[in-house]
Amino acid sequence: MVFTLFIIVTMTFILVHILPREMPTDKVQAQAIAARWEALGYNKPVLTQYGIYLKNIFTKWDFGTSWYIAPRKPALDVLTSRFLPTLLVNLYSMIFSVPVGIALGVYAAIRKNKWDDSLISTLVMVFISVPSYVYAFLVQYFLYFKLGWLPLTMYSLADAGGSYFTGKMFVSMIPAVIALSFGSIAGYTRFVRAELTESLTSEYMLLARTKGLTRPQATARHALKNAMVPILPSILSEFIGLLSGSMIIERIFSIPGVGQLYIRSLNLFDYDVFMMDCVFYTFIGLLAGIVLDLSYGFIDPRIRMGER
Amino acid sequence: MADKNKKISPEQFTFVNMGERLTDVKFDDKPIGYFKDAWIRFRKNKASVAAACIILIIFIFSVVAPFLTNNENGFMDTYYAKKGPYVYGLNKDGFMDGGVDRDFSEPGIISKIAIGIGAEDWDAHGATLEEGMASIQQPLMEISDPFTILDASKKEKTYYHARINSYAEVGFLYKSIEQSELQRMQEWEKETGLHLLYPLVEENSYNVDPKDANNWYKTKKYQPVYINDKGKVKNVEYAPGMVLEDNYKRDAQGNPIYYEYTGGGTLETAGYKIRVLYSHYYIYKNGFEPRYYFGTDSQGYDLMLRLAGGLRLSLLLAVSVSVINFIIGAAYGAVEGFYGGWVDLLMERVSDILSGVPFIIVATLFQIHLAVKVGAIPCLLFAYILNGWIGIAYRVRTQFYRFKKQEFVLAARTLGARDARLIWKHIFPNSLGTIVTSTALIIPSVIFSESMLSYLGIVKLGSAKTTSLGTLLADASAIWTNYPHLMLLPALFISLLMISFNLFGNGLRDAFNPSLRNVED
Repeated sequence: MVFTLFIIVTMTFILVHILPREMPTDKVQAQAIAARWEALGYNKPVLTQYGIYLKNIFTKWDFGTSWYIAPRKPALDVLTSRFLPTLLVNLYSMIFSVPVGIALGVYAAIRKNKWDDSLISTLVMVFISVPSYVYAFLVQYFLYFKLGWLPLTMYSLADAGGSYFTGKMFVSMIPAVIALSFGSIAGYTRFVRAELTESLTSEYMLLARTKGLTRPQATARHALKNAMVPILPSILSEFIGLLSGSMIIERIFSIPGVGQLYIRSLNLFDYDVFMMDCVFYTFIGLLAGIVLDLSYGFIDPRIRMGER
Repeated sequence: MADKNKKISPEQFTFVNMGERLTDVKFDDKPIGYFKDAWIRFRKNKASVAAACIILIIFIFSVVAPFLTNNENGFMDTYYAKKGPYVYGLNKDGFMDGGVDRDFSEPGIISKIAIGIGAEDWDAHGATLEEGMASIQQPLMEISDPFTILDASKKEKTYYHARINSYAEVGFLYKSIEQSELQRMQEWEKETGLHLLYPLVEENSYNVDPKDANNWYKTKKYQPVYINDKGKVKNVEYAPGMVLEDNYKRDAQGNPIYYEYTGGGTLETAGYKIRVLYSHYYIYKNGFEPRYYFGTDSQGYDLMLRLAGGLRLSLLLAVSVSVINFIIGAAYGAVEGFYGGWVDLLMERVSDILSGVPFIIVATLFQIHLAVKVGAIPCLLFAYILNGWIGIAYRVRTQFYRFKKQEFVLAARTLGARDARLIWKHIFPNSLGTIVTSTALIIPSVIFSESMLSYLGIVKLGSAKTTSLGTLLADASAIWTNYPHLMLLPALFISLLMISFNLFGNGLRDAFNPSLRNVED
């Protein structure tokens, strides 16, 4: 993983740093920035720059500096300051959608091929296909314009009392949470239903029933436990993945998160921050994959890593 | 026991079917091959067939749409921007009638009604309210009873909730033209019987805004007024018998003036100022009526054409991405899986690294580096291809591992088949089912991510001729609360397309691998 990360970071760094850099229009500011860039070695050849970049990371844990978004702040600090809103919105969405998704999936699996199962499956198909931004617009339209229950976008930190944990802030996050949840509820439902139907028809269930367990008992103790083996790792890896957030939802609800930082740093040519964001996304993506692989072994000891 | 010793001489034996060749009986039916079998199963899946039909309809729409209207691709009319869908013949009861619901103050609602009255008053005969309401140029479609609300200064104000035809609302405009065009216009008026030139309006104290050609009646502080017998100025109120007093420019004989010399030029190029009814001017200019079945977007492009263009782009992009990924993935996976060993190991590492690169970063970097040189769409295509084939290669590889040790391959090899023949003729067709399915499921994901990238502005696809669904949504995102159709129609189409392609893909998977039915991967 480290090797993969290294190669990707190298490629991204070179591609980002051969781009022409833009100077601010203000002359004094431009001079100051130009002087700092000279001192930091931004005018050296790209590979030398990359050497400096790696050296700074390993010696000072310094990922570069933001020049436009938050002038002269370390890029890492800029990223971490955007971290909390993204995390909170996605976490709320997950807390809401995982239980609902699992419950619906279990219900659909138990009632397999009955009318309620086909209803749930049809809805799941629809909800999984419709893009998340469509939900975002629907939520905005109905909950804000028609009913006026919820705010249009997320409040800024100052409006909501200086903390991301106030009640007002939570209310303003609800639209984004709802918009995110539709798709993930449908995803969990489909996954749980598929896994559970498979384990419900397996032979150990027949044994469990013959030894005298009732259907609910057998389902809860045997089928569900086995069905959870692939489900839990995927929830876990999704949890890691949600740190990178959903760019489009952050844009629509103006959540000051990691995804918005990506777009802004790109539009403002703030390349150090952009680079930081790229490294972050790559890291999160790889980490999620590894956690997915490893957690199988933790959850089900029968599965061993490295065995084929 | 006597029989036991009885000898039968060889001559007594006869062959059962002598002289006949013994062959298998030919089947009456045709053999059902793998693909035919899959097709039969696919046909039984009602949802997938319906999805396939919807995809087909959307595809046909995207191709045929430009032929349904007179509006050419890239045609725009800034005065008819952000208008609602308007279908002639269907325009009943608030459905596709180009109407918008709004609240109006009293002067506001009169200003709308006045457009209809003014349109009938082309010869300044003093059209009445009844004439104006009956006019097809009348913007007012429905009006509620008046209601009062308190405004900021705690005064009671009367408001009306009304539905306005957003096309007719454009009303009149001032135009500067040359003499030759003025003559052409007058001839055109005679030819068609439609009125183009309307009386000019006096620029006096009864005029709110000299640039606003719709303000043809006398007003003071936006309130319509009339002058009574004693020469006093009185307010006109909105009521059944309302009469608006015109404020037309008239000559010494009291006849209205239709054009005014503004200076310059010879007989041909002399400039004139005229006041036209825009819907008729549109017909004069373009030769056809303003018809926008899906309305117009924020700049005045025909939304239907924009949508069709976006759909074409999305479909084309998605299909070409999936075909190219199919080819690359199949070749890569086949080589990996067939040769195995260090080849496999090396190629796996390469695809591992590539698959670690987040798509959004690839797309962004391609855009900022190459978009200027090769254009935004090829860039997007490269970005999708860079690591899009990995999933397919992985599946092909798995299938090859499954089949390459089987006896039929060994048999073929013994008969002298080369590697290429073994790969493509013997092993690959076995894995075709799974690959076709995953290729089909690439399409919706491409459509989604393309619309997302163009919505976020990472990929810039908006131009006069081309657009994408995401760009349409992004354009609409700031103003869609007042013009819901701008958001609704693209969102509807994209959702339909995604649902259909997903259903279609699932149907394909069930058809090719019946054992996988209802198992999601």
